[in-house]
Amino acid sequence: MKIYGVALLVFCFLIGKYLGGLLAELIGISGDVGGVGFAMLLLMFANGFLKRFSWYEVQTKAGVLFWSSMYIPVIVAMAATRNVHAAISGGWTALIAGVAVTLVGFMLVPLLSKIRTTKQESDGTI
Amino acid sequence: MELFKELISKNGLLFAFLLVGLILGASQLLSKHLFKGRIPAAAIAIIGALILAFFGADKGLANIEIFAGLAVLGGSMFRDFTVVATAMGAEIEKIKQAGLAGILSLFIGVSFSFVIGVIIAYAMGYTDVKDLTAIGAGACTYIVGPITGTAIGASSDVIALGITAGVVKTIVTTLLTPLVAKQIKLTTPHAAMVFGGLIGTTSGVTAGLAATDKELVPYGAFTATFYTGLGCLLCPSIFYYLLMQLLG
Repeated sequence: MKIYGVALLVFCFLIGKYLGGLLAELIGISGDVGGVGFAMLLLMFANGFLKRFSWYEVQTKAGVLFWSSMYIPVIVAMAATRNVHAAISGGWTALIAGVAVTLVGFMLVPLLSKIRTTKQESDGTI
Repeated sequence: MELFKELISKNGLLFAFLLVGLILGASQLLSKHLFKGRIPAAAIAIIGALILAFFGADKGLANIEIFAGLAVLGGSMFRDFTVVATAMGAEIEKIKQAGLAGILSLFIGVSFSFVIGVIIAYAMGYTDVKDLTAIGAGACTYIVGPITGTAIGASSDVIALGITAGVVKTIVTTLLTPLVAKQIKLTTPHAAMVFGGLIGTTSGVTAGLAATDKELVPYGAFTATFYTGLGCLLCPSIFYYLLMQLLG
């Protein structure tokens, strides 16, 4: 049933967020640190583990995949609710700093991408 | 008309689904017929949505009553929830492979953003260490900015400036990522993880990657989600201290 997939997703999401909250508390800031990352790892492990059971069938997965496909619509809604006026009216300092930082970040991507943890590069993603 | 307004405001979130569906549908048509498939529909939809946000105020289109539901659909709950769902297609092996590069990119990303933010603020006439730190932190993300600014006691107008720098970063990332992706070799999960760590604004990184290649979203989001935390950790402590030693 699809609801099992959605329930699993929410379970991973909440545990991940909770861990992120704990980590934030540990370093003394409010909010959450890496909550989404922890939740993603959990979901990947859960998915790998549950595959071996027969009740974890296609329909369960479909419950997760639906929300995964809602991702771009959510981003579009997010873009429509940005404070675009502030981005322009904040003065030159903010504008130049924001643009410069992003451009330098882009330029560093190919340089840092060269670093690899494992030696094997046979997966075709060179 | 009154009845219509009441119906919409009672069902704001559902109306937001309809609106986004219409925006994406129109973008699909534009992508296919006007741009001959050269610009992905998602990129057009995101840019279109940013333009629509001009009709509102601080919450974009959501400031207009009948569009308020967009703020729920586009809020952090749905964003984080759907990002986590994309992990279903991600492979642990690839995350492991990019482990070292991912961690390095996080540290380098936070450091260089702070340094560039400080240099530009200094060049624009700011000399107070607190001001410089708040603006430099804002150049990391619009969350690191106010957290750092408040922690060190910077003035509220400078904190606002830092937040704005972070907002600019998010929007520039969203707009430019699909356009420069090929040039900066942002085509593999490995590069997406480095990208997420270097840029760090979760909303910008995920929106930019969504417009580039949906497959890359989980990898970029994975590292970006640690960036703000690292920034909040480093900016008000080590970076503030170092800057004080340097200028103070």
